[in-house]
Parts: sequence; C-alpha cells; structure tokens
Amino acid sequence: MVDYSIQELMIIAAAREINDGELVFVGMRLPIAAYGVARLTHAPNAVGLFECGIARYAPAGDMLYTMGDPPNQLQAAWSAGLVPVMSQLQRGRVDAGFIGGAEIDRYGNVNTSYIGDFNKPLIKLPGSGGAADIAAMSKRLLVIMNHEKRRLVEKVDYITSPGFLHGGCSRADAGLAVGGPSAVITDRAILRPHGPDNELHLASFHRGNGIDDIAENTGWNLQVRPDLAETPLPSPEELAALHEIDKDGFWH
Amino acid sequence: MQEKLCSLDQAIGDLLPGGSSVVLGACLEPDIPFAATYEIIRQGIKDLDVIAPISDASTDMLIGAGCVGQVTGAWVGNVSGGLGHNYRRAFENRDTPSIKLRDHSNFSLGMALMAGAYGMPYAPMRSLLGSDIVKSNDQFIAAENPFCDQKEPVVLVPPLIPDVAILSVQRADKYGNNHHWGNRGLAQEAALAAEKVILLANEIVEPEIILSDPSRVLVPGYLVSSVCHLPAAAHPSPQTGCWRRDNEFFNDYHRQSRDQEGFQEWLDEWVYGVADHQAYRAKLGAGLKSLEITGQALSAPANFAAV
Repeated sequence: MVDYSIQELMIIAAAREINDGELVFVGMRLPIAAYGVARLTHAPNAVGLFECGIARYAPAGDMLYTMGDPPNQLQAAWSAGLVPVMSQLQRGRVDAGFIGGAEIDRYGNVNTSYIGDFNKPLIKLPGSGGAADIAAMSKRLLVIMNHEKRRLVEKVDYITSPGFLHGGCSRADAGLAVGGPSAVITDRAILRPHGPDNELHLASFHRGNGIDDIAENTGWNLQVRPDLAETPLPSPEELAALHEIDKDGFWH
Repeated sequence: MQEKLCSLDQAIGDLLPGGSSVVLGACLEPDIPFAATYEIIRQGIKDLDVIAPISDASTDMLIGAGCVGQVTGAWVGNVSGGLGHNYRRAFENRDTPSIKLRDHSNFSLGMALMAGAYGMPYAPMRSLLGSDIVKSNDQFIAAENPFCDQKEPVVLVPPLIPDVAILSVQRADKYGNNHHWGNRGLAQEAALAAEKVILLANEIVEPEIILSDPSRVLVPGYLVSSVCHLPAAAHPSPQTGCWRRDNEFFNDYHRQSRDQEGFQEWLDEWVYGVADHQAYRAKLGAGLKSLEITGQALSAPANFAAV
C-alpha cells in the first residue's frame, strides 16, 4: 500500500508534465513542489522561471511563502526584472507554465478576476498577476485546481487567462498560434483537450474516484477520452523526491 | 550634488498630493515600502491611482483606509493569505464599486511602464490576446502588426507615467544613489517612468560604496527626488540580504481585515496608533529582530579597475 496524500498525488502528476531540459514558469505551492520533484527524478535539466524576475536551476532550499523570498534569491540562476523574464514567454521560449484559478470552463479558459458581470461583480477575485501572460504564451499550459462543480463550469464569467477560447480554431484565430491547456490536474482527475473541438475530456482518474462521480462534479457534460486510464500511483522514487523537498511533510 | 535625505512624512507630504498616481513597490512580493503605505494612510491622502503589478497587501490596506480612487494593476490581494478583503468590499454588495479598476496582466503593466520609461508612444504586445482584460480595461487597443504580411493581431498598450514611484532599496547615499539586489520586478521601469522617485533605504552609506559597483544601481541619484533612511521599511515584506518575510504578520492582517470593524482595529493598532516608522519598529520589538538576516552569502567582488 503506497502512503500518499491527494496533494502529493497532484504534485507528482504535475511533475510528470515537465520534460527534461524544459523552460517552465513555476508558481507557488503545488507547482513549485512539482518542479522540485521533476528536477530530482526525470527532469534534472529543467529550468524554472518566476514572474518576479527570477530563474532557477535547483529549487530553493528552504520553504517559500512567496517567490521573492530570500531562499529563492540565494543561488538563483538569474535575479533580474519582470520584463526580461516574462518576455521569454512572448519570445516563444517557454515550454510550459503552471497557473491556478477560481473557475475553468470546458475549453480551458481560466477566470481569476470576476464572478458575475465585471461592471458589478458578485465576487472580486485578485486578478491575473502573470497568469494571462503564461496562459497566452506558454507552449503548454498546466492548470491545477480543486474539482468542484462550481469551479469547473460550462462557461467562465470572465476569461482572465485564455485556453481554447470558444473551442476549435478560435484560439489560433485570436492570434495565439501555439499553446493552450495541455492538462488540468485536479484532486479527482486529469483532464486534457481532445479532438478538433479542443474540449477538455477526462484523461485519467485518481484512485478512489469513479467516472460518474467525476462527471457529477463537473459543470459540463464531461466526455471521456478513448485512452482513459487510472492516474499512475506515485512511485517510491517520486515520493522519495517529494519527501526530500517537503521535509516538514507540509503536503503529506 | 544635491543632498536628498529627508523624513518620510516630509517626502510623502511634499511629493504626493491627493489624486496622484503612485507606484508603491514594484518588485512584486519583496521590497514593498509598507512604511510609506502606512504614512500615506496616516496623512489621509485621498483619491490615489495605485499602480501595482502585485504589491502584496499594501494595495488592500490603502483601499480599506479610503486612500484609493483607482487601481491600475494586475493583482490585488494578500499573497500568502488569500483574497484581499478590502478589495472585495470595494466591489461586492454595492450599486457601483467604490474604486475604479484598470485591469492589467503583470506583463502588460510591464509594457506600460516600459513605454513610459523609454518614451515610447505605446508598446505592442501579444500576451493579452484572447483575454477579457482588453474588454474590462478599454485603454488597450486591438490592432494588426503593420510589419507582417499575414494578418497578425497585436494589442497596443498606452504608456504609464506615474507621478511618484516609492521604492525600497538596501542602501543609498545622501544624494539618492543606491544599490538594489534581488529580483527587481518592475521597479526599474517604474523608477525610470515616474516623474518623481522616493527611495526608502535600509541603510545610508558613503557615496564611495555606491560608486564602487555602478552595475548594482537601480537608478542613479539624479533621478531620485528624496531618500529616507528607514531600516526595515519593507516590513512585513522581505528584502534580500536584510530581512526575511513576516508571514505571521500577513496572516494576522488577513484574519483581522475579514470585516470592516476588524480592519479598523488593525489600522488603529498598526498605523494610527504608531507615530512613525521608528515607533512601528519599536512596537514590533524582538519580533522584528528575529526577522533580520544575519547569515552571509556574499557575491564575489567585481573588478572595475580601468588600467
């Protein structure tokens, strides 16, 4: 019996989305742990970018509450400005980027700005930060969020960070020639775009989650990919890497 | 050279009239000049246009204290705590929001300040394509790349020229020459774009120290209007090599600002109830001392010899 928490499974699933040698926009919390696991396992040459202006090879040695904390400055590959680092997105160099969100829709558009009409919102969320830029310009977008019906919705109220917009070719038509969501990693499953419509379909389920349950907690009529599988359990190597990063067991 | 040392209350009082547009820290999470945030609140300055990519909880505090007419920014909240309660209260359960918001992404705000800094009439960019940010902020213009044979959409961003940029640095001399290290976010663009720059220096040093390493200068002193000597001016945010982040302070603020009454109590305790930054440091006492970075990880010296 493998002993792991759901957050640990999500972190390890996210780590598997990072390939060796890739340039990856890393956020705080789960993604930064995922980056650390990837570096220690299959992707020792990945490079992590932080929108505040930092690039790193090895992840920070101590716990970070924000990306600008002193442990993230120490031994960084680069500690510079936002424009030189985020411009690498627009320059087309960034392979993958992680974002979170309050709401995502069937085409992978993410809302972190307004619930309701933006002129008179029911809920005011913090806004884009760098998420809109990462979503628009990374070659692959990786979204991490909790799987609830009110979060995975038919249509987001506001597109902060573009996914496949209205599906089909609409992303490319808007001028975004590359990119779009590659995986949405939730606490129940992994969704991936499928078919010419680029709608998010169920790609894998985490152990203990039935397909009906997952569909029930999704705000659109969730389709299942033909290659549907169970999300592989964390391997002993992956868990050992995560425990090396997360010495205090914050995610356990 | 003109000496520019002055007190914080004088710098804010003289240079930041109500209605000004102001950048308060632009490194995103570190080096946010909270001492200036508190002084603005104490002086009751109103109707500011707060320009911020992410200035952690500073913007939320200013909104709650009634100092803000408009936010020009990418993100407002409490980075480790969560949503900004005052920010939410300004928008939710009202007929109209109590503040205006000009939505940006971090990069579009960078392009706007860069255009301001470099005197560009506007900056073209790609990474707002597909985002509703171009709908809720009508300052952006959708256009096509005139240099491209095929149809290539771009977004045009107008320049931002803040009235004042208030920035924290590790050290400065009395003329405003300074060193800043660690990530810079948009601090350099903000300083170059702004009409006036106020520096909050953790340490005041002899001019020779700054001159010894011109490549570490954020902006030269001739672009600086005032420099205030305020150790830990960025508290509770971190400052590379000087101060760790006070995570508990951010969490306490998040809890206490959950309702209006709690926020008022927080203001009374931490802003109105302390006369100035020195009193604030004294109030933090040993807690502040424990955040001071005492270790050393010195960079290798760089040789600037000419012959």
